[in-house]
Amino acid sequence: MKNDSRRGFMGKAFGAVAAVGAIGSFVAMKKSWDPLPSVKAAGFTTLDMSVYKENKLVTEKWRGKPIFILKKTAEMVAKQTEEQKARDIVIGDAHFMVSIGLCTHLGCIPAYKESDEAFKCACHGGEFDFSGEVTKVPPPRALDIPPFRIDGNTLVLGEVGPEYTAMKETGITL
Amino acid sequence: MKNKEPIILAVVVFFTLVLYYLVEPYAHHVMHKQIASENFVYADLPAIEKQGDVARGAQLVMGVGACVGCHSINVVGLAPVMDAVTSAKGYGVNPPDLSNVGVIYDEKFLAHLIKNPIEALKVEHKYGGATGLTHPMMAFSGAGGDLDQELADMVAYLKSIAMKQEEVTPKIAFELACGRCHAVNYEKWTQIGTKPNFKDEKDALAFDIQTLEYADSLKGYLGIVPADLSMYIRSRGEHYISTFMENPQNYLKGTAMPRVGVSAESAEKVIEYLKDAGDTKRAQREEVGKSVMIYSIIFAIFALLWKKEVWKDLH
Amino acid sequence: MAHFTKATSVKDWLNQRLAIEKVEKVLASEYWIPKNINFLWAMGMVLVVTFVFLLVSGLFLLMYYQANIETAFYSVNFTIMREVDFGWLWRHVHGVAASVVFLIMYIHMFTGIYYGSYKKGREMIWISGMLLFITFSAEAFSGYMLPWGQMSYWAGMVITNLFSGGSLHADGLVEWIRGDYVPAQAFLTRFFMLHVVLLPLAIIGLIGLHFAALRIPHVNNQDGEELDFEAESKKYLAGDKAGSKVMRFANDFMSKDMMVVGVYLIFFFYLVFYNYGFAMDPVNFDPADGLKTPTHIYPEWYFLWSYEILRPFSIDIGLIAFAFAQVIFIFLPFLDRSPNSVPANRRGLFKFWFWGMLVDMIILTSMGKLPPEGIFSTIGLIAALVFIAMWIVLPLITKNEKQVQGEIDEK
Repeated sequence: MKNDSRRGFMGKAFGAVAAVGAIGSFVAMKKSWDPLPSVKAAGFTTLDMSVYKENKLVTEKWRGKPIFILKKTAEMVAKQTEEQKARDIVIGDAHFMVSIGLCTHLGCIPAYKESDEAFKCACHGGEFDFSGEVTKVPPPRALDIPPFRIDGNTLVLGEVGPEYTAMKETGITL
Repeated sequence: MKNKEPIILAVVVFFTLVLYYLVEPYAHHVMHKQIASENFVYADLPAIEKQGDVARGAQLVMGVGACVGCHSINVVGLAPVMDAVTSAKGYGVNPPDLSNVGVIYDEKFLAHLIKNPIEALKVEHKYGGATGLTHPMMAFSGAGGDLDQELADMVAYLKSIAMKQEEVTPKIAFELACGRCHAVNYEKWTQIGTKPNFKDEKDALAFDIQTLEYADSLKGYLGIVPADLSMYIRSRGEHYISTFMENPQNYLKGTAMPRVGVSAESAEKVIEYLKDAGDTKRAQREEVGKSVMIYSIIFAIFALLWKKEVWKDLH
Repeated sequence: MAHFTKATSVKDWLNQRLAIEKVEKVLASEYWIPKNINFLWAMGMVLVVTFVFLLVSGLFLLMYYQANIETAFYSVNFTIMREVDFGWLWRHVHGVAASVVFLIMYIHMFTGIYYGSYKKGREMIWISGMLLFITFSAEAFSGYMLPWGQMSYWAGMVITNLFSGGSLHADGLVEWIRGDYVPAQAFLTRFFMLHVVLLPLAIIGLIGLHFAALRIPHVNNQDGEELDFEAESKKYLAGDKAGSKVMRFANDFMSKDMMVVGVYLIFFFYLVFYNYGFAMDPVNFDPADGLKTPTHIYPEWYFLWSYEILRPFSIDIGLIAFAFAQVIFIFLPFLDRSPNSVPANRRGLFKFWFWGMLVDMIILTSMGKLPPEGIFSTIGLIAALVFIAMWIVLPLITKNEKQVQGEIDEK
């Protein structure tokens, strides 16, 4: 039983060294699960906004996600509230609803019903109006708006323009 | 102590069956529309009760009917004017060769198709009337005589040149009824024909490009490229496919897919073809299933006898 | 060093080196099982058999499966189903066994709850069992991704989104789990790794723990009677086989296990060959398409009850309720405060708790599959609230339960 305390100390010290190695390897393991650079650098999508028809939903694709583009009719623009209007992307005199086409509840794609001017999600029954605001739970918030920059008649998704920054600051989108 | 096992087993089986019933038959009954088969009688189309004359039908098909302006009839030596890809550019889809339509399609449907394609195909929401669009297949307004008689003559002619019912293979039925819009990758079927085994990669790619061009025309015609049907027998099931063919509008109001118009016999052949594609090993499954079930019963009997032997000392 | 003598037989040779006779005694012939049990005690063996089916069929599938988003669907539905001789059999066995294994696990679990087999030293059996359940759930989910059909893709999307934590909005975590913004190649390959290596290893380890946990407290019996295993086994070995309250695991109890397995195989193979649809959802025979959500998205039946607990609430409360449902069963030994470990039917209010919980979970399961509309939403919400309430009252109703030990002695 001699040198008991010393063995105890060296045992602990050895344990600490082993722990450092283990933690170090965890860092590598965590990082190996990160999205790859090629995935992160997934391109920017440029959309010509003059081609869309009123009240016809078109689904574009950006970073593997569906993007809803809905050109609003004059009646929609006229009847919408301030909150709904704040979500509009205005190009020339056309008003667009542009959003990530995934339900903010658990990521299903809501379907657009032209006659009701509303989005309905088949998964858990959530509903959104033509501006992407929630009208029926469970979705916790309106449809998310992707980062965008307006460039004349085109919209660049993935780049951040002043209009998007403003929306983010006022909490219109996350 | 009395043996409680039978009652315990009854409780376990009862709850398992209740659970199964609620999760499978009941839930699917609620989620999916139930549509009964009409047995391919096309009740909405009035019957045509004239006796057709083959010779006059031939004259109409070749002449005033103007069928051969767009359709080929290989069996009488009328080869297609254009290949499938070029045809599809013009019409949206390659017009079918008429050699065997008389046996694949329902007789009454064929007559109505010639008379008024929009109504027979149930595509009123896409063509004619308010839409202002004309269907690529022209309606036949008659050669001056009794229209019903003329239709009967033409159908009689088409039936006379077609192969016999018993000669129709699942593949022939599928290709004519579905194969000009739907590919079946697992059977190497593309909308422009079976993809050959090319030796040269360049030829294979050239074929693929042709297929893609054809698909582009279809997309313009129908809005989307119709789905590959390889696994439809497993993803949709026999009843769904059969009733969908009968009238696609039943399930998808406003779908671009036209009513197919096949006879009941042809529909069975089409299903057979899809089973060969997506449920290829069904016969082996049945056969092996029987043997395994018999073996399992024997296994259980021997296990029971062994248990009885071991346990006779334990009581 | 031990002393080795020249071996007189192969058995003796092995015995000197591996003590096989002793091992055989410990594991089989002198592993004592109470006689007072019924066929529900054979569910463990049924699970072992099903696990072996999963392992063997999985090995054959693994030889032809391709974990690539372009070819995965084809490798399963064309290569395995059409080309590989008997490939369809392995796939159907694997798919059906993956579903049936949960049915048997639920029966096994509710047997444990009914007979109080999680108390009096048997807590670790229960806890290791629940860990197995959770690992099996992860194994089932990761396996469901592999055919890369529509349900694979959308279930993957919905379930990984749960990790965003609602209002915490931890999108970084979700993207880290997926290795992409949406389920894609990195996602498929890592779930493939989990399904064929890491999780099976964990399962095998946990099965070892589960069996080890049985050694000291032994198996429970139909009356929760505390047996003196040492005395009873001596009686057995002395020749009074009929008088002893215990029996050998092998061959005594194993012969009964095998009898139950025999009946089970008839049921299992009937499902494999004639009624496999419940385990192989038709929607998953459509290839994955990230731009088209299926009309109805629902998990496999064994996840439905916990899925339904998530659904009727707003997202944050839903996630908390869901997390609660996932872990609460583990704590059963500590939430049940009664000293009685006898069948539920002899235990006052707990009797109602047991049958109520069983029925409530069946209701949750069926509502979880039905579309979340009208009356189904309401029933689902009530059943979810009942589920939570029942766990909250469990300690209260069991705390004042009367001792019922006396009843056993009357028999």
